[in-house]
Amino acid sequence: MTGEQIMFLLVALFTLVSASRVVTTGNLVHAALWLISTLFGVAVIFALLNAGFLAVVQVVVYIGAIAILFIFAVMLTRKDMRDQGPQLNKNWWFGGLLAVGTFGGLIFLLQGWSGLSKTAADFPSSFDAVNELGIALTSPTGYVLPFEVASVLLVAALVGAVYVAFNRK
Amino acid sequence: MVPLSWYLIFAAALFSIGLFGVLARRNAVAILLGIELMLNSVNVNLAAFWRYGDVMQIAGQVFAIIVFAVAAAEVSVGLALVISVYRRRNTVIADEIDLLKW
Amino acid sequence: MNFWNDPLKVAADWLLGIFTGWGMPELVAQILIGFLGIFVLISLLMVLDIFLVWIERKVVSRFQDRIGPNRVGPFGLIQPFADIIKLLIKEDITPEGADRVVFNLAPILSMMSVLILWAVVPLAPKMLGVDLNVGALYIIAAGAISTLSIIMAGWASNNKYALIGAFREVAVMISFEIPMLTVLLIPTIFAGSMGIGAITNAQSVWFIFLAPLAALIFLIAAIAELGRAPFDMGEAESELVSGYNIEYSGMKFGMFYAGELLHAFTYGGFWSILFFGGYRFFGLEQVSAFLAIAVILFKALVGYWIIMWVKYTLMRIRIDHMLAFNWKFLTPLAFVLLMVVAFMNALLKGTSPWLYVSGMFLSNVAVGWVALEIARVTSRKAREQVEGAKRVIEAEAHH
Repeated sequence: MTGEQIMFLLVALFTLVSASRVVTTGNLVHAALWLISTLFGVAVIFALLNAGFLAVVQVVVYIGAIAILFIFAVMLTRKDMRDQGPQLNKNWWFGGLLAVGTFGGLIFLLQGWSGLSKTAADFPSSFDAVNELGIALTSPTGYVLPFEVASVLLVAALVGAVYVAFNRK
Repeated sequence: MVPLSWYLIFAAALFSIGLFGVLARRNAVAILLGIELMLNSVNVNLAAFWRYGDVMQIAGQVFAIIVFAVAAAEVSVGLALVISVYRRRNTVIADEIDLLKW
Repeated sequence: MNFWNDPLKVAADWLLGIFTGWGMPELVAQILIGFLGIFVLISLLMVLDIFLVWIERKVVSRFQDRIGPNRVGPFGLIQPFADIIKLLIKEDITPEGADRVVFNLAPILSMMSVLILWAVVPLAPKMLGVDLNVGALYIIAAGAISTLSIIMAGWASNNKYALIGAFREVAVMISFEIPMLTVLLIPTIFAGSMGIGAITNAQSVWFIFLAPLAALIFLIAAIAELGRAPFDMGEAESELVSGYNIEYSGMKFGMFYAGELLHAFTYGGFWSILFFGGYRFFGLEQVSAFLAIAVILFKALVGYWIIMWVKYTLMRIRIDHMLAFNWKFLTPLAFVLLMVVAFMNALLKGTSPWLYVSGMFLSNVAVGWVALEIARVTSRKAREQVEGAKRVIEAEAHH
């Protein structure tokens, strides 16, 4: 067991336990806080995969904006400071069955693939991923079109969200 | 050396937990939490394939960044809708939001 | 490499020799040395934090025309130690109805979000915690965690005033992250990389001369991020009974307070690294690493003094004025400044240094002047509207 494997197992265990707490806890604010620890675990997984830019952007966008949005939404949609009643709906056993079935199906599909157990090639030391990412996102032969369309999507979402949630007095 | 299968199994497990959250929770905001977990598992999958394939092909990371942007847009609109529904019907339990108009 | 130029590597090699001499495998020895380095840095930072409390109290007293603590020890130097002893011996209260785990976790997260910032601060040419190539974005990430700790503190206190204070503070913090992020891209354009070490190495001319407006916007956004006056809606003592840290007493409050001062010092440090050259001082840093550390600490203290000066001079701004200032003035200004700087950089890239510096400086001044003119015209129109309405009301009252 190399150090990297132990590190990955610890982080993966932490993330999966946090994710299961997200979907089972009764108190919604606690669920949002467990989501934050899950997102942090995923950021560490990105760092383990040498995707440093993705790890930092995950913390800034998901934890710094989306998770805070969730906490605000939870606090704005409750009648008092406690959550009442059970949090699972009446068909939860079927949802559980479907989730286990999906997991089993994905593993079964992966078994037949030959490239499954390959290990990572060494990361080339002179490769600056951030630089390459910047070039790819802005060059006409790269991915500038999805980049621009994503920004238009974000503007549309911004305008739409403000309009839908606007409180006309 | 971590084999690729470990990352893929981890992403599949995260996806299944998110799926359970979407299908089995009453509260609409909790359903959106499950959707976030699924989007994160997809991102982990993309980043793992980028790293274990050809690192020079930066398309894997570009795809993951576009998924970040789409997830942020979807969560903001979804939560705006949930808040707007709460103002009208005074409930966020998904089972109780079952009338189109009264 | 001798000791004066590169003390960390010399110390690390010496310790590695000792540990492997005791029979430890090399990987474990290296991990242990890493942990030891982190421990030493954090201990030094916390001791610095204690003296920051003393500096803060002396400086605020001078601004308010009094002497400040001078009884306990020479010039009151032992005063912060007395404060810490007082905080430690207080009773550790968790209010009833508060969420225990979240309540106790919030001050720890607040302190953690400051300490992790020091992993990317370059203290000397070769003394850098981690040379991340996305160091500038890492600063924003640490700010996101401190936002989280405030909302946890406000919610877990089970207290309406704490919740309102936390909401306002978090709204201000996430709003001002946008101009800060935009302005952080300007040293990135000049240096060609987001890494803090690369930005420091590229400052043969300090970036304050290339982009003074960017430095000003960064200072304003940083003061808002810190939650200090004039942006301290979260702990407005006269309005919200001390905001999100009402229910915290004893050492938990001490963590919030000391964390805030260390955060202010750290942002003073980042302001000086990004715009005033960091540890560079006309070649002095090549002489010895300890001189470089002294230079950067001095510059960080000057930045901290400016932040304190702003705090003890200006009044608190109302929350809707704060947010309107950000969204209607600062964010558009930051975006326009980024576009102008990128355009001028592409235009003047290969020319002589004097032309480059003066071109950038003049373009910054031009953008600032145009922004102030627009602000003036808009405020004059708004003022005339209000005064016109007042005149109409007075005329009707006279009849």
